[in-house]
Amino acid sequence: MSKLDSKIPGGPIKDKWTTYKDKINLVNPANKRHIDVIVVGTGLAGGSASATLAELGYNVKAFCYQDSPRRAHSIAAQGGINAAKNYQGDGDSNYRLFYDTVKGGDYRSREANVHRLAEVSGNIIDQCVAQGVPFAREYGGLLDNRSFGGVLVSRTFYAKGQTGQQLLLGAYSAMNRQIARGKIEMFNRHEMLDVVIVDGKARGIIARNLVTGEIERHSAHAVVIASGGYGNVYFLSTNAMGSNVTAAWKAHKRGAFFANPCYTQIHPTCIPRSGDYQSKLTLMSESLRNDGRIWVPKKKEDVEAIRSGKLKPTDLKEEDRDYYLERRYPAFGNLVPRDVASRAAKERCDAGFGVNKTGEAVYLDFQSAIERYGAEQAKIQNIENASHAKIVELGEKVVEAKYGNLFQMYEKIVDENPYKTPMMIYPATHYTMGGVWVDYNLMTTIPGCYAIGEANFSDHGANRLGASALMQGLADGYFVLPYTIGHYLADDIRTGKISTDSPEFEEAEKNVTDRINQLVNNNGTKSVDYFHKRLGKVMWDKVGMSRNETGLKEAIEEIRSIRDEFWKDVRVPGAADGMNTELEKAGRVADFLELGELFAKDALNRNESCGGHFREESVELDGEQKGEAKRDDVNYAYVAAWEYTGDPKDAVLHKEQLEFNDIELKQRSYK
Amino acid sequence: MNLTLKIWRQKDSNDTGKMVSYNVTDISDHMSFLEMLDVLNEQLVNSGDAPVAFDHDCREGICGMCSLQINGEAHGPDRGVTTCQLHMRMFKDGDTITIEPFRAKAFPVIKDLVVDRSAFDRIQQAGGYISVNTSGNTQDANSIPIPKADADEAMDAATCIGCGACVATCKNASAMLFVGAKVSQYALLPQGRVEAKERVMNMVNQMDKEGFGNCTNTGACEVECPKGISLTTIARMNREYLSASVTKD
Repeated sequence: MSKLDSKIPGGPIKDKWTTYKDKINLVNPANKRHIDVIVVGTGLAGGSASATLAELGYNVKAFCYQDSPRRAHSIAAQGGINAAKNYQGDGDSNYRLFYDTVKGGDYRSREANVHRLAEVSGNIIDQCVAQGVPFAREYGGLLDNRSFGGVLVSRTFYAKGQTGQQLLLGAYSAMNRQIARGKIEMFNRHEMLDVVIVDGKARGIIARNLVTGEIERHSAHAVVIASGGYGNVYFLSTNAMGSNVTAAWKAHKRGAFFANPCYTQIHPTCIPRSGDYQSKLTLMSESLRNDGRIWVPKKKEDVEAIRSGKLKPTDLKEEDRDYYLERRYPAFGNLVPRDVASRAAKERCDAGFGVNKTGEAVYLDFQSAIERYGAEQAKIQNIENASHAKIVELGEKVVEAKYGNLFQMYEKIVDENPYKTPMMIYPATHYTMGGVWVDYNLMTTIPGCYAIGEANFSDHGANRLGASALMQGLADGYFVLPYTIGHYLADDIRTGKISTDSPEFEEAEKNVTDRINQLVNNNGTKSVDYFHKRLGKVMWDKVGMSRNETGLKEAIEEIRSIRDEFWKDVRVPGAADGMNTELEKAGRVADFLELGELFAKDALNRNESCGGHFREESVELDGEQKGEAKRDDVNYAYVAAWEYTGDPKDAVLHKEQLEFNDIELKQRSYK
Repeated sequence: MNLTLKIWRQKDSNDTGKMVSYNVTDISDHMSFLEMLDVLNEQLVNSGDAPVAFDHDCREGICGMCSLQINGEAHGPDRGVTTCQLHMRMFKDGDTITIEPFRAKAFPVIKDLVVDRSAFDRIQQAGGYISVNTSGNTQDANSIPIPKADADEAMDAATCIGCGACVATCKNASAMLFVGAKVSQYALLPQGRVEAKERVMNMVNQMDKEGFGNCTNTGACEVECPKGISLTTIARMNREYLSASVTKD
C-alpha cells in the first residue's frame, strides 16, 4: 500500500551526500537549454533555486504573487542564519549542527536530510558573502557570530535584525542577473492555481495574472513548489497577509502527499492581540529572552488591579511576581525552547493570570537586566556610590545598544516605553514544520514536482530551532535541488517543449476557471474575512498550543461546517477579470478550510506530544518531568504523509518510519 | 474615532479615476492605518461595493509592498515607518484623511491605490548584482576581511526596502536615493568593486530610461524614507558615476 520511498542513499551518514552526487545523472549544458523549470515562489528557497537553475543553463519561469520577487516573506526573518563554520573555535562541526537540529526537532526529522543540510551550511555563508551580503563583522574585519536557543555554540551569522532581508536581497540580485540574461522569465503578481500532470509527471501549472485576471497555461519539464508555510490557517500569525497554502495544497490535491500538517511552531514572544480588528501579529526576536524575565502576578487580585489600570506592573513587589519559567525550569529558565515557553505562557493565562484586557499576555521584563548592566557600567566607569537613577540610566544604554530597534518597534505598535514598563507578549503562530512530503531528492510523490524550503516537511521535525529556516531555504535552493533535479531531468533531454494544448491543460484550466466563477457568482452575504476569522478561532482554540481528542474531533466538525457555509454564503464583489483582491483572498481561504481539517485530523492521529505538537493525553505522569510533554517513540516515530482522495476527511495515511542510526533518541529535559 | 476618508478610486490603468469620500466610525487608536482600511473594505464588501485595492503584505515594515500618499506624505505623517506601521493614534476624531497612490510617471497606477513599481526591478536587473555563480566552491567567507565600518555602512545602504517613497516624495520623481543605496552597498564592499564601473553606468542609464527625474538636492527623500537611507548614498553614486564616466574605456 505504501508508495513512500525516501530514496535515502546507502553508506555512512557523512558520506551519503558526496557519494550520491558522484553517482547521479547529469544533463549536459547544451541540453539544459532545452529544458524548462517552473518555480513557484521567490523567497529564499524559490529565489535561490531559480537563480542557480538558470546559472546552470535551464530555462526558468519564476512566479510570485507580490509585485516583486524581493518581497517574499523570507524578508521578515530577523535573527540570523546558522552555519557550522566553527569560526569561533568553540567546537562546532557539521555533526554538532546535525545533532542539534535533530534533537531540537524532537527526533521527528529525517537524519539523512538534516546531515546534508549541515554539510552545505558553510557553503551558504561563502556564497552570500561573495554576492555582497553585508553580514555583521568584528573589528578585525572577520564575520561575527551570535548564539541562539537550544545550542551550546555560536554559529549564527546575522545582518543586524534584518538577516532575512539581506539574504533574500542576495538571492534576488542573483535572480536579477539571470532575468537580465533572459534565463529567468519572471512573472510578478501571478498566483499558481493548479499543477498540471501529463502522463503521470508534473508538466506545468495554471496561473492567474492578478492584474488582468487572465488564466494562463505554463508548461515545463519540472515544477518546483517554493511557496512557504501555511501559518495563516490560524488567521492571525506572524506571516505576511498573502502567505498561503494554495500552491502546496493544489499539488496535494493532484497527488503530492502532505506530511505532518499538525507540526506548527507557536513563537513565544510576539506582541499580543489588542482587538478584533487585528490583521496580523508581530514577532519580537527570540534574542530578547537572553535578558528579559518572563512573569505574571502571583495573586488574582493583582491581576484584576493591573487589568483595570489600578495597579502598575512596576509597582508589584518582587515576592508577588511569579517568574514561572524560572520556577518550572530552573536549569534553562527563560531560555527554554520555543514550544516549552509558549505552552507555559498559555498555562498561566488559561489559569487566569494574563495581564491585559484579553487575558492573553504575560510580562517580559528588562528591569533586572537594566539594573545589572547599569551596576556593571558604574563599576567600569569608576562611578562610586552611583544612585539608582544613574544605574538605570547606564543600564538602559546597554539594553538599547543590544535591542534598540526591537524596543522601538514595540513602542511604535503598543505606545508604551519598554524601558520603563515591562513588555507584554503572547505566543503566536510563526512557522510550519509540516508540509509537502518529499524524498531525499526533494521530489514529492508526483514525479517531476519538487517542494523546497518551508513548503516541504523534511528538516525540522516537530520543532524548528532559531536561525534554521533561512539555512534550510538557501540549502535547498542553492545547493541541493540544483543537483537532484538534474538526475530527474536527465531523462527529459529528448522530450522537447511541452505543449499546453493538451487535454490535461484543458482540464486543469477548466477546474480553475470553474472555481473562480463559483466564487464571484456566489452572491452570498458574508465577507471572506468573516470565514477566515472563524476558521482561525477554531484552529487556535482547539488545534493550537495544546490539543486533546475531544477538541480535535469538534474542530474537524466545525471546520467542515464553516467550509460548507463558506461555499454557500461567501460574497466576493467584483469580477474575475482585472485585479480583485477579495477573489484572491477567497481562493486562499477556501484552501485553508480544507487544509485545516487535514491538520486537525493529523493532530488527532498523533496521540503523542512532540515538539510543537502537544497532546494533553500524552504527558509525563510522575517523577521530575511530571506534566511535561511525553513523546512516544514506539508508536509514533514516523512521518505521517497524507494522500488526498477527494475530501480531507478521507485522506489516507502513509507512514515513513524514521530510523535513527547516528543519534540516540532521548527525552528533552530543561528542568 | 470617526473619520472622513478621501480616497483615489481608479478601476484600471485606462480609467481616469477620481477622489471618493467615505466615512468610517469607531476606529480604535490602536489600529494600524491598514487595519483602518480593512475596516472600510469590510464595510464596502458587506454593502456589495468593490473594496479599495491597496498593496500590502508583511505588515511589519520590511517587505516594502505597502505605499500610499497620506495627506500628501509618503507613508503618512509619522517618521521612520512604512504605512503598515503607521498607527491611528497619529490622527484625531473628526479628521479628514486624503489617501492617494504614490505619484510618479514611472509608477503607473494599476488600480485604486496600487501602482506598478516594476521599474525598480528593471534598474536592479541592469546591474544591481555581483556576477558570481553558485558553486559550493566559492572562496571561504572569511578570506577577505572587510573593515567593520565599511561593512556597517554597506549594511545601512542595503536596508532599503524598495518601497518607492523616495520617488513619491521627490518633486522630480527621482529614484536616486533608491539607486544610490544599491550602488553604495556594492561600492563599499571589495566583492562589489570588480564590476563597480559597469554597474553604476548601467543602473543610472536604466533609471533615466524608466523616466525618473533628476536629483536637485532638496533632501525630501531622506526625510520620508522609512529606513533612513542617507543622502550620502546619492553623493557616492554621483562620484562613482563621474569616476566611471571619465575612466571607463
